[in-house]
Amino acid sequence: MATSSPPRTANRWQVGRLVERRVETPTAQTLVLEVPDWPGHLPGQHVDLRLTAPDGYQAARSYSIAGPVVNGPGGPRIEVTVQRVHDGEVSPYLIDVFGDGDPVEVRGPLGGWFIWRPEETAPVQLVAGGSGIVPLMAMIRARRATGSKAPFRLIYSVRTPGDVIYADELRRRVRDDFGLDIAYVYTREAPEGWRGEPHRIGLADVNTHGWPPDLEPLTYVCGPTAFVETVADLLVGWGHPSRRVKTERFGPTG
Amino acid sequence: MGIVSPGFQGRPRTQEPALPPGQYLTEDFPVLSAGPTPRVSLDTWEFVIAAENGSEHRWSWQELMALPQETPLVDIHCVTRWSKLGTTWQGVSLDTLLANVDTGAHFALAYSYGGYTTNLPLDDLRGGRAWVVHTFDGAPLHAEHGGPARLLVPHLYFWKSAKWVRGLRLKTMDEPGFWETAGYHDYGDPWREQRYQGD
Repeated sequence: MATSSPPRTANRWQVGRLVERRVETPTAQTLVLEVPDWPGHLPGQHVDLRLTAPDGYQAARSYSIAGPVVNGPGGPRIEVTVQRVHDGEVSPYLIDVFGDGDPVEVRGPLGGWFIWRPEETAPVQLVAGGSGIVPLMAMIRARRATGSKAPFRLIYSVRTPGDVIYADELRRRVRDDFGLDIAYVYTREAPEGWRGEPHRIGLADVNTHGWPPDLEPLTYVCGPTAFVETVADLLVGWGHPSRRVKTERFGPTG
Repeated sequence: MGIVSPGFQGRPRTQEPALPPGQYLTEDFPVLSAGPTPRVSLDTWEFVIAAENGSEHRWSWQELMALPQETPLVDIHCVTRWSKLGTTWQGVSLDTLLANVDTGAHFALAYSYGGYTTNLPLDDLRGGRAWVVHTFDGAPLHAEHGGPARLLVPHLYFWKSAKWVRGLRLKTMDEPGFWETAGYHDYGDPWREQRYQGD
């Protein structure tokens, strides 16, 4: 396994500022943060954001980075997409209170495992459950930004059509990004005219819309624990070697 | 103290018990792993301690269960910031497993079914501070949480408590494991907030 030390700046907290906010769904928003000393990152990495109350109390949480660095007038910008956690401590603040120009402490990039390197040419299969799409979207965006020809397939499981994060962009990308296929699984309510019933992801979804094991794809699965357990077991049972199946599960971070 | 976040109060905290810095309390038992959950049969399961001189000590499942059992009641702390207090386990102390191992090594690399590794100073596995556990909260340890058996080293961040543990390789030199190679701290003391390299 290759050893790479994270850049020094990854290890210290620096101050970022909110410069833009985009509403993605009724419960998810993308926050664009200007981070002057951002050292760059790979798709799939995350940041820690830390809040401080007037009495000095601090709360920090990890958020996946949603796409490549954007160069703004005040320096590099990164995007994170925050899903509201019911009864959460941090996500409701970021969605409801955090204002334009407000500071937040940022540390990163973090995580050297759940990453896709754009120089990789192997087929990629991405399996997202809910807001597990965020680090996978970073890979889809990086593929486009670097001109990668690696064939990508995304299977995206959501409760209802209204829960699809990045819905417009995904529609556009599947039309414009040659070699990217997307399949949706709806667990509660399917869109009008959809063939099939709402259901939880199963083997039929995975082997209809994923890559077969003999193509030796790299697989990234991200979502809630039960979802990731199910999908990873299906993939391994189908013959994908465990080593090529990378997973990221969320716990109750708020 | 960091930059004050306008309008941020945080949760009410007067009644919270003492937690390591940066941690919050959870009642759940979240799962974090880097890949699919290995399924290990008890018929073929074994635990192996390999000393630096090449000698090996092996226990089958039945042999492990026949050793003196302990029931640690401990707090656990994950580097992703959740802590869980008062968890109950059953297993065998590493003091018991290391008792007849002749070694001068200072480090151990724990390795798992599925390929995971993590490194610890050997002293941190001694003195009643580490176990190979197979039971959580009175029931067999679920595969998601590392069953049939995992390491339990509650005084370090929980990634050091290797799931699906298969053995220890004792070493005279420190050799970073899976997350340690990916930028996490070599030691991982939650009370000193040793999360990443350089902390």
